[in-house]
Amino acid sequence: MPKIKVEDLDKISEEVRRITLLREGAGRAKITVHMGTCGIAAGAREIMNTLLVEIEQRNIKDIILATSGCAGLCSKEPMATVELKGEAPVKYIELTPEKIRYIFSEHVLGGKIVGEYALAIGSERVG
Amino acid sequence: MERYRTHLMLCAGTGCVSNKSFKIKEALEEEINKRGLQDEILVVMTGCNGFCAVGPLMVVQPDGIFYQNLTVDDIPYLVEEHFLKGRPVPKLMYFPHEEKEVIPRMADIGFFARQTLIALRNRGLIDPERIEEYIARDGYRALAKALTSMTPEEIIRIIKDSGLRGRGGAGFPTGRKWESRRRQKGEPKYVVCNADEGDPGAFMDRSIVESDPHSVIEGMIIGAYAIGANEGYVYIRNEYPLAVKRLKVALGQAREYGLLGENIFDLGFNFDIKIKRGAGAFVCGETTALVASIEGKPPEPRQRPPRTTLWGKPVVINNVETWATVPVIISRGADWFASIGTEKSKGTKVFSLVGKINNTGLVEVPMGITLREIIYDIGGGIPNGKKFKAVQTGGPSGGCIPADLMDLAVDYERLTEAGSMMGSGGMIVLDEDTCIVDVAKYFLKFTNDESCGRCTSCREGSEALLEVLDRICNGEGEEGDIVFLEELGEAIKDASLCGLGQSLPNPVLSTVRYFKEEYEAHIKYKKCPALVCKGLISYYIDPSKCQACLICLRNCPAEAITGGKNQLHVIDQSKCTKCGICLDVCPTRFGAVTRLSGEPVPAPPPPEERVLVRAKLSKEKGEIA
Repeated sequence: MPKIKVEDLDKISEEVRRITLLREGAGRAKITVHMGTCGIAAGAREIMNTLLVEIEQRNIKDIILATSGCAGLCSKEPMATVELKGEAPVKYIELTPEKIRYIFSEHVLGGKIVGEYALAIGSERVG
Repeated sequence: MERYRTHLMLCAGTGCVSNKSFKIKEALEEEINKRGLQDEILVVMTGCNGFCAVGPLMVVQPDGIFYQNLTVDDIPYLVEEHFLKGRPVPKLMYFPHEEKEVIPRMADIGFFARQTLIALRNRGLIDPERIEEYIARDGYRALAKALTSMTPEEIIRIIKDSGLRGRGGAGFPTGRKWESRRRQKGEPKYVVCNADEGDPGAFMDRSIVESDPHSVIEGMIIGAYAIGANEGYVYIRNEYPLAVKRLKVALGQAREYGLLGENIFDLGFNFDIKIKRGAGAFVCGETTALVASIEGKPPEPRQRPPRTTLWGKPVVINNVETWATVPVIISRGADWFASIGTEKSKGTKVFSLVGKINNTGLVEVPMGITLREIIYDIGGGIPNGKKFKAVQTGGPSGGCIPADLMDLAVDYERLTEAGSMMGSGGMIVLDEDTCIVDVAKYFLKFTNDESCGRCTSCREGSEALLEVLDRICNGEGEEGDIVFLEELGEAIKDASLCGLGQSLPNPVLSTVRYFKEEYEAHIKYKKCPALVCKGLISYYIDPSKCQACLICLRNCPAEAITGGKNQLHVIDQSKCTKCGICLDVCPTRFGAVTRLSGEPVPAPPPPEERVLVRAKLSKEKGEIA
């Protein structure tokens, strides 16, 4: 480890924050991959991996990836929910790696909902 | 570089480690590997999270889900449900007392939501053994700012303007201390971190060193630059092995990065820190005794003034929490810090909240918060629906604050006015089952053991106070004892050399002040209202409730209980050692064993009337049926 100068703090910071930012729970978007038994059987793990690769390759820091259980519509798995900060969540169904890559660039990064893969906007009421 | 979707922030403070958090880590990693999630989920060992009552604990980020009381057996289910399938597991979540629902998210739990973190800003968020994670949380930025754009005088001005006062006990203004040492003649100069935390029930300094050692190091470098020192010491007790280890790791990493040693940041300033391990004598936390110990002499306090020196040279000694706060003030400015707190006590204070309280742990709150907020909103109140009686603050130098001062705003002045003190921040909560005389005796016993013996007033005075308290608790209190305690207490205050001796009567004086009736009950009526003092209580089996079940009889270690099958049990008072086992084992549905104090034990039924008549009971039952 070389001795550092003041300007190196930024470099170290940026490098580490790519990983640690997650701990602060802040992000401009959250993508939830539904990983119930049905989702996993239908290929949700591959969807998750595709997203991890996308985020890694594009060097994105402020997008949160999460998993959740079965969304209740097992026949349409794999599913994912995209939630941009301050906007209603959108559920996407019958995903493939290609579809999720497209959704990632159009909706998550571009802000445009991909209507043809979407099931619905919003979530069920809870309680 | 790997990118994880989830970080598991598993607490590795001393409390959680002793509850096997490293075993939990192994189990987690094993299970994560088994599920093929090792590239998606990272386990991070953090310093003390603060909510020690429910450890081992873990926070799942970015979701912010809080899991508590984890065991190795919980892990396979947890990994499958939450980390694979995304279904958080309610049975491992925080369950507030007297509530029906669990609270999943850490941010919503009252214990965390009401805190303001400055000294503890990185707790649970970083791995304390990785300097890069500290840097990523704006670490060493304040040092860079200080060395590149501020003069030592400017730094001192900011610390003065911020209103920061020493967090170790006395509350002396930090900026003024630094200013006087900068002006003081003599080279070289030193800075010292006092990590010799010794108050019973206090663990905030240990926790800061364990969870964020670099915050202390950074503060010390800034302080050294401000006063013109090139050498520093951390005086830390050797009973804190985890803290010592993490501090060593941190010092090593800071040296490798060139943040300690020659030419820091390549900016021409030299400074390094040595660790001095203390053997755990309470008196070593006292400034003058501490420097004596660093110098290799017996740790006996010295007369002040003149000013404390180290090897005859100027020295600034601040407590762990004070040093950890300095970088934030330099980064965010004096005005920001001074906007938090009360008129004369600025910023936040870390308290270790222990005793009869639901949420035992470490809390950092703004100065001026009320005791009620700390004990009820953060602490979650008193366990088992018991009544709050008092809170002991400031350790053996502090005092007890009674329930009717619950709305007291906590700052240096208010606590002192109430006869206690801020001290280093221990807060021991007492409930109605705690005897106040017994508490005073406990603290006196501690100071009596720990007195260095230099001053007669402290050495012999504590002994004399203790003797009287012992007598009172044994039921041998005499008229005039209270006056004696008060007079001797005042004399010890006047006659002792160091702060520890001067404050040792506080636990007695403050309890006499607020709980005089309880002392009088012990002395005049030979009664311990909390039913604690063995010399004043008797155990008694109520013949109308005893079901002759033999449980107490078999468990009594003194064989003091007579009786038998269908024979009512009777305690032989002359044999009873008052261990309380009979009370503990008597089935609650009978509730036959009670404690009596201040009243004679009723005579047992004569032997011929000790036969338990069950027939009546069954007949009654028959009628109901």
